[in-house]
Amino acid sequence: MKKVFLYTFLIITSMITLVPFIWMLAASFMADGNASVFPPTFIPDPFTFVQYKVLFERLNVARNFFNSLFLSVTVTFISLFFNSMAGYAFAKYRFKGKNQLFNLLLSSMIIPSQVTMLPLFLMLKSMGLINTYMAIIIPGLANIFGIFLIRQYVMSIPDSLLEAARIDGATDFQIYRRIIIPIATPILVTLAIFTFLGTWNDFLWPLIALTDNSMYTLPVALANLMGEHTKDPELMMAGSVVTIIPVIIVFLVLQKYYVRGIMMGSVKE
Amino acid sequence: MKNFSTRAAYFFLAPALSAIFIFFFIPVIAAFIISLTDFDIYALGDYSTVRFIGLSNYLELFDDPLFWTALKNTFYYVIAASPLSIAVSLGAAILLNSKLIKLKGIFRLSYFIPVVTTLVAVAIVWRFIYHPRFGIMNYFLSWFDINPVDWLGDPVWAMPAIILMSVWKNFGYNMIIFIAGLQNIPEDLYEAADMEGANGLQKFRSITLPMLAPTTLFVSIITMIGFFQLFAEPYIMTQGGPLNSTLSIVQYMYQEGFRWWNMGYSASIAFVLFFIIFIGTLIQFKLQKSTR
Repeated sequence: MKKVFLYTFLIITSMITLVPFIWMLAASFMADGNASVFPPTFIPDPFTFVQYKVLFERLNVARNFFNSLFLSVTVTFISLFFNSMAGYAFAKYRFKGKNQLFNLLLSSMIIPSQVTMLPLFLMLKSMGLINTYMAIIIPGLANIFGIFLIRQYVMSIPDSLLEAARIDGATDFQIYRRIIIPIATPILVTLAIFTFLGTWNDFLWPLIALTDNSMYTLPVALANLMGEHTKDPELMMAGSVVTIIPVIIVFLVLQKYYVRGIMMGSVKE
Repeated sequence: MKNFSTRAAYFFLAPALSAIFIFFFIPVIAAFIISLTDFDIYALGDYSTVRFIGLSNYLELFDDPLFWTALKNTFYYVIAASPLSIAVSLGAAILLNSKLIKLKGIFRLSYFIPVVTTLVAVAIVWRFIYHPRFGIMNYFLSWFDINPVDWLGDPVWAMPAIILMSVWKNFGYNMIIFIAGLQNIPEDLYEAADMEGANGLQKFRSITLPMLAPTTLFVSIITMIGFFQLFAEPYIMTQGGPLNSTLSIVQYMYQEGFRWWNMGYSASIAFVLFFIIFIGTLIQFKLQKSTR
């Protein structure tokens, strides 16, 4: 009895959680005006791809899709490289001021990124980088949370392994490349998903740093489109589907790693 | 580790740390300096027109009714949405941690999907869900004979609408952290309580909650920090309206800085936000300590 009650409750609440997505998907396949009816319907009749056609043929959303994909992938690779080197150094090397430096980094995580946006904008503007890909890549080069995650993980790799490699004549970079990176792959995958999704979903900074439609990432393009199409739910839902599908796929494929990242990030030292 | 040279350490640290130093720490300091100036649209063309005006921007904020509105709205949002979101997360975590339940993965997944999806896109979806005539929210309420509400068009309901959407969007994240916390509670504590005849509520109050205290502190802090940065939801769903009832601090900062180019003033708003988050975090730590 208790079990039946629990399952019913879980099923109803998961349905409620998923309903917005189901409606979004349904409405995206409707013809103009068919989503603005009462009572709301979940079955597109007629079923049509016309909204997607408008998005890709007339509104050139493919370009925004490319921008989002290119920037997310690039930022992910560069920051993974930078963060993993720094995380490794913090985990395995002794140098003067290490703990102070690491604590400074950790405590500065409390500073909201909005604080940096005005000077960052002026800085990039003086370098002529506003409205270029670099405007998004540069602030994403490295991040403190990533360094922290990798450090936690690399600390659990036994020193003896690294010392053995050293005795065999491996250089510091070879140890990083051949031992640390392969062993740390799970945490690198975790961090890769975080960074990819973070860059893909980011809104405020791209809104500031990108100034024309051909450079917009999907969220900015979508927000812009919303301004002109407040009365076209079908078109806007198709746009939302295009924006959301890639992140859902990445998440579904790699969810194990993502969930572990959340758990690791929440464990205090 | 022995034999590992300091030089190699600096080599590994250099790329990440210089990026963080140049594009994070310097901007933070620069933002503070800008907040002490009258940096505006003219200064954008010619930096030499910038004047140092001390704390004038901060003093001006005190007399700016729109700033107080933004502050009040943001506090309303954080104070209502954080506990609600944490309570839902904890409830979901406890349910999914129940031994009676199979197929946990599927339920967990459906609760979690909103977390990973693009905020701008789901805000657009919800904007139509809240449509006064055709939205599924009012349709759902009509089953219970509740009259249609103009969610985003009514100054009273706009913020609750955004809060509800935020809870939906975010609770899955904290749920995962709570599940991890629950799994760390030793099973024999519950067994001992069972032997003494404790009921579910008693076990929840005297075992689950105290054992989860560190997790709850962490969750409260990250939730609060995140919620204070409210921006995309009102930007997409209400543009801060109606009657500025959903204008948030970050949105006001964005408008002042990047629409009107009052960058000095905007920087002072950003610092007030930072200050609030800082104080909020300290309070959470203090509260947690005093309850222990």
